[in-house]
Amino acid sequence: MSIIRSLRLLLTACLLALMALPAQADDAQAKSLLKQLADAPNAKKGAVISDIASSGDERARQWLEAFADGKLAQNEETGDFVIVLENRGRNWTVADALSGEEIGEVSRRDLDSIRVNNALRRELDGILSVIDLTVQDPEKRLTAARELRGSVDETLIERITALMEAEANSDVKAALTEAIAIYKVDALGDLDAVAQLSGSLNIDARAALTNAARSDNAELAAAAQTALDQIEQKLKLNNAAKTLYFGISLGSVLVLAAIGLAITFGVMGVINMAHGELIMLGAYTTWGMQQLLPGQPGLALILSIPAGFMVAALAGVAIERTVIQHLKGRPLETLLATFGISLILQQLVRTVISPLNRTVVTPEWMSGSIMINEALSLTLNRLYIIGFALVVFAGLMLIMRKTRLGLEVRAVTQNRAMARSMGIKATRVDIMTFALGSGVAGLAGVALSQITNVGPNLGQNYIIDSFMVVVFGGVGNLWGTLVAGLSLGTINQLLEPWAGAVLAKILVLVFIILFIQKRPRGLFPQKGRAAEG
Amino acid sequence: MKIKSLAAGVALTVGATGFSMAAFAADPIKVGILHSLSGTMAISESTLKDTMLMLIEKQNENGGLLGRELEPVVVDPASNWPLFAEKARELLAKEKVDVIFGNWTSVSRKSVLPVVEELNGLLFYPVQYEGEESSENVFYTGAAPNQQAIPAVDYLMNEIGVERWVLAGTDYVYPRTTNKILETYLKDHGVAEEDIMINYTPFGHSNWQSIVSDIKSFGSQGKKTAVVSTINGDANVPFYRELGNQGISASDIPVVAFSVGEQELSGIDTAPLVGHLAAWNYFMSVDADANYDFIDQWVAYKGDENAVTNDPMEAHYIGFNMWLEAVKKAGTTDVDAVKDSIIGVSVPNLTGGYATMMPNHHITKPVLIGEIQDNGQFSVVWETPSTVAGDAWSDFLPGSKDLISDWRKPLFCGNYNVVEKTCGGGEKVATN
Repeated sequence: MSIIRSLRLLLTACLLALMALPAQADDAQAKSLLKQLADAPNAKKGAVISDIASSGDERARQWLEAFADGKLAQNEETGDFVIVLENRGRNWTVADALSGEEIGEVSRRDLDSIRVNNALRRELDGILSVIDLTVQDPEKRLTAARELRGSVDETLIERITALMEAEANSDVKAALTEAIAIYKVDALGDLDAVAQLSGSLNIDARAALTNAARSDNAELAAAAQTALDQIEQKLKLNNAAKTLYFGISLGSVLVLAAIGLAITFGVMGVINMAHGELIMLGAYTTWGMQQLLPGQPGLALILSIPAGFMVAALAGVAIERTVIQHLKGRPLETLLATFGISLILQQLVRTVISPLNRTVVTPEWMSGSIMINEALSLTLNRLYIIGFALVVFAGLMLIMRKTRLGLEVRAVTQNRAMARSMGIKATRVDIMTFALGSGVAGLAGVALSQITNVGPNLGQNYIIDSFMVVVFGGVGNLWGTLVAGLSLGTINQLLEPWAGAVLAKILVLVFIILFIQKRPRGLFPQKGRAAEG
Repeated sequence: MKIKSLAAGVALTVGATGFSMAAFAADPIKVGILHSLSGTMAISESTLKDTMLMLIEKQNENGGLLGRELEPVVVDPASNWPLFAEKARELLAKEKVDVIFGNWTSVSRKSVLPVVEELNGLLFYPVQYEGEESSENVFYTGAAPNQQAIPAVDYLMNEIGVERWVLAGTDYVYPRTTNKILETYLKDHGVAEEDIMINYTPFGHSNWQSIVSDIKSFGSQGKKTAVVSTINGDANVPFYRELGNQGISASDIPVVAFSVGEQELSGIDTAPLVGHLAAWNYFMSVDADANYDFIDQWVAYKGDENAVTNDPMEAHYIGFNMWLEAVKKAGTTDVDAVKDSIIGVSVPNLTGGYATMMPNHHITKPVLIGEIQDNGQFSVVWETPSTVAGDAWSDFLPGSKDLISDWRKPLFCGNYNVVEKTCGGGEKVATN
């Protein structure tokens, strides 16, 4: 028994030793590779990167990824290599690069980051993509294959050709074929590859063809030019669609910003210069929500929709009760008083919160874009805002047309005295209407926090545009605001490419001034009794 | 107005409570701080006010200056350019300050300039600017175009191999002058007209869709393209966001910015910006002991572990120390004596080297190119081998290439024309 037992023990010990040996050797090799990476000048780092990638070490991908993110560092004192997990503030949380164990916080002074730059990052992207081409998930392989277009070079071509031939998924195969064709056109001037690229909308493919069209080889240049002309045809259509999308998305922002004003100014006739600051309050509510719910930007954003409405509506009621109701029928004084309020609100935010812009995080599902094709992709945040603007508009329409409040609002604005004698509490209606308009401004703020800066000046940037839209659309008409916002947005985006942003803005203003000369009541003037009131 | 003076008053009390030193012999030396604490520029300038208060507080702990206490006088010009001139007059005529640290935008500096010259004051200006100016009374501790824009373009041209250029800027004097200089510089280096695209946008521009899309198609012509951005302030955030959303990464079309620093990055989600570039003379991430000490001091002063430092703060640090040295050397705070003694003064900068005040009232600075990282910091990828002396008059503008500035006697002239051998040749250029 004892002999067997001791034999078994011996065997286990031997096995353990055998297992430990290669691991130690690996660590030594890995450390020397990382040391080479740290010590090599930038120009030589590329060679070390390929060494690491081909070392067969399982941790290679992790190291290279950390290196690409600038998170691979060396401890100045111990000489150990670490991967930085958290690099904010003066002390950084790190993990050992070899064992993967978390070490804890290390002072920034003691860490030497291994520097990376764009050229190296491009190389790393190529290598990481090749590694990713061998994973199971076809989605990942497709992303990797797409990434590879334009970054294939002579060191990678053989491997990629082999991988392409072995590839089962047709999308991945097509992307890889394109990547290889781009390389062939660029480096070898291959005529067949030019034919493969004709019709491709990919930016790297176009770049390769443009270069080929300039080449001395007349046959190649001609073929490339034909391919480019074909692409150009396709692009024209896509560009038109893109401009339209840009216009609608700018227009929907204008509609959102202006639609609250269409109620307070358009329906009630109050010139509220603090409208922009109500938008700002909505944006700050989003920020506040994200502070309350750290780590859940999406949920916070959704909760900000009712919260932003409430905050802005309450602020609106406060403004209405304290200032505006006392100035009824005196538009000039209202204008000046509300302008004062807007300055007070701005400075309040500066003093209480901070003069600096606040970070509002865009949730995962709102960043990036939907790719229709290579030349046309719709940015997701804008798409959501277009949808949101339409929903808000539809909601407001419903309230104004189908609810008792809407009926009362219309009655009071048409003939205040008559409405009161019919038993409508005009003061209450005033408060509710102003709260509604202000609340909608708050909603605009929630949406704007996703595309612009959340800071004390947020409102100022939108107040002029809002008045412009309301006046152009026709005071007192919600449909007018919608049409005016969308058309002004589109006109602006059509003008911008050839007039420049500054001139486009001026041209739009001039256009509106001329238009108002012809039709002082805007696009959709109110008719009948409402127009006289 | 009431709010503004109230804010200034509050700032004053806050500043004054910072001092606990008791035994100073004579009257205090007054240091004017002319930075906006309200309005659009408060976002950038309020930090500089705090920096000055911190530096003054520390100097008082170390025994003040010439045995006298330093007393900060804070005023709030409220991002209102004409008000800058009024407040400067108030500081010099009423408060009788010995030196002013202040201004951010070029237009505010231009507004203050005649006042400082008339009342013979001293102004330290800490922000990168377009050059084409040299005043007897102003010391420019920020970068001139040859200390920021030109080296950045050199880096892109030589290290990255960029052949097509987008010069994008906000529509005002600094981007327009800088782009004019860069355009000439690029053409001198053989870049063709059609390979340069120039675009201006208004302040606070937020709808970048079509411009970014233009840049994208401009960059798809087969030549390596880069964007040189003089886009200022708030407009940067939506610009970078749009770049990210349209899928333009730094390895496709890098953007090198001259106005985006740690402070601006602290207001945005930096994930889509990783790899884009900025050119400055200082980064918070610089590995130097002087820098780490400064950061520790700043974090302690602000009481905020995440407080960031930036380039204009370093410029004030250098400017303040230079002024201290000059006063010590002169033995008095008299403006004329300090003006003479400060030329040639060298003080340590925060990047581990030294800054020297040149006779043209500009200083020597290293030029660093940094890439944005996901933590809102920059990692330095390139730097000039030695420091670069600021050039008041650009060599790449036809009106100013023959001008030099030298405030030493006997020349004593801010715009000396070396061809015509006369002083005053720059008037025409300076007023545009």
